[in-house]
Amino acid sequence: MVGGVDKPRTIHPLFVRVTHWVNAFAIFVMVLSGWRIYNASPLFDFEFPKDFTLGGWLAGALAWHFAAMWLLALNGLAYLAYGLVSGHFRKSFLPISLRGAFDDVLLAMRGLLDHAPGRYNAVQRLFYIGVILAVIVAVLSGLAIWKPVQLQALTAVMGGFETARRVHFFAMAAIVAFLLVHIGLAVSVKGILTPMFTGRAEAPR
Amino acid sequence: MKPRRSERLSAFRPQIARLERRLFLKQGLSLGALSLLSGCTLKDDDAVDRLLMTMSRFNDKIQAALFDPAKLAPTYSEADVTTPFPFNAYYEEKDVPLIDGERYRLQLSGLIADKRPWSLDELRALPQSSQITRLVCVEGWSAIGQWRGVAFRHFLERVGADLTARYVGFKCADKYYSSIDMPSALHPQTLLALDFTDAKYGYPLRLRLPTKLGFKNPKFIGEIFVTNDYPGGYWEDKGYNWFSGS
Repeated sequence: MVGGVDKPRTIHPLFVRVTHWVNAFAIFVMVLSGWRIYNASPLFDFEFPKDFTLGGWLAGALAWHFAAMWLLALNGLAYLAYGLVSGHFRKSFLPISLRGAFDDVLLAMRGLLDHAPGRYNAVQRLFYIGVILAVIVAVLSGLAIWKPVQLQALTAVMGGFETARRVHFFAMAAIVAFLLVHIGLAVSVKGILTPMFTGRAEAPR
Repeated sequence: MKPRRSERLSAFRPQIARLERRLFLKQGLSLGALSLLSGCTLKDDDAVDRLLMTMSRFNDKIQAALFDPAKLAPTYSEADVTTPFPFNAYYEEKDVPLIDGERYRLQLSGLIADKRPWSLDELRALPQSSQITRLVCVEGWSAIGQWRGVAFRHFLERVGADLTARYVGFKCADKYYSSIDMPSALHPQTLLALDFTDAKYGYPLRLRLPTKLGFKNPKFIGEIFVTNDYPGGYWEDKGYNWFSGS
């Protein structure tokens, strides 16, 4: 019944698809409103172009940021719980191997990397685990700068308020760097975007 | 550390004037973001405004629940104090109100038993305490400062304020106003500060509480009132989160 020649099989479970797209929206709002918040007091010698920010002004950006954080956190917790309990993480992400990722990068550059629907290659595994960790760090450093008194132990772990701000920034930067590759591949590699909506691998040709 | 290129809230005044009446998100989505969102129903700004304001009120409740009245903000040594301390207000530094300390009287109103006005000498005769804590601005920067004055809890008890009331409000000489929740007002580090680095930071009287963001620390206080009716605040009424706890 699964993996038949005629019947496309489910490669992305419904739970993963729903949390993926909810997360995509939450990350979109968090990053763009976060850029506007950053602009109010830039940490580095640049600002984000205003047209690529959300909220219009600082209060609007903060309102978006502190509303979408609930979506990001609750959806993220649901995803992590599902991934751990259902075995999704174990089946899809393990084993991870730096050597394997390196080999896969070489294969991809020579155009020889085979894309097996429903099976992540070594680079994907490393990237997905990496971006999950980056989001966790972003959430924790965000809490640390939101509540440096009430959650002062967490703020201390993050190196204090000023360091936590920078941790938050670089967690965002890591997520955005991932997204550039992730979205670039999702729209350029044939036949991998639709299954993220339907769950079904396209029929083998 | 002095923040570089930090935007003053005053820089937003023209925008504020424009947005004041229709809340803050009427033009909240910039063109770039809007084009990315085309297809969604986010053009209905009023619904988005309402949702975001509902979330902000929800976050007030979460923060009130998270607030631990016994948890103290970290304190620092004199060597850690940020010099010069950043000036921040909704107006330029040259526009700070100049107040004659001799003639100054702190006014009291609302749910307070003894509404007799207070002179600076009378306030100075009360027990004084000092703190070196971090002030975190809603803009993101932070600075460590030193403040000295009367424990606000002691003052509120002394004047017979209704400590079961919900809000303490402040009216300031610079037309600024704000309000805080009673539990935060009674926190051991909440100070009615008389001494600070320079008059421009709020002479003769300002509130200092390290458990809230900088804009919840009104300067140049002229009147304090206790109430159960939500008093809002200068920035709060424009869309900043009211509780704004740290």
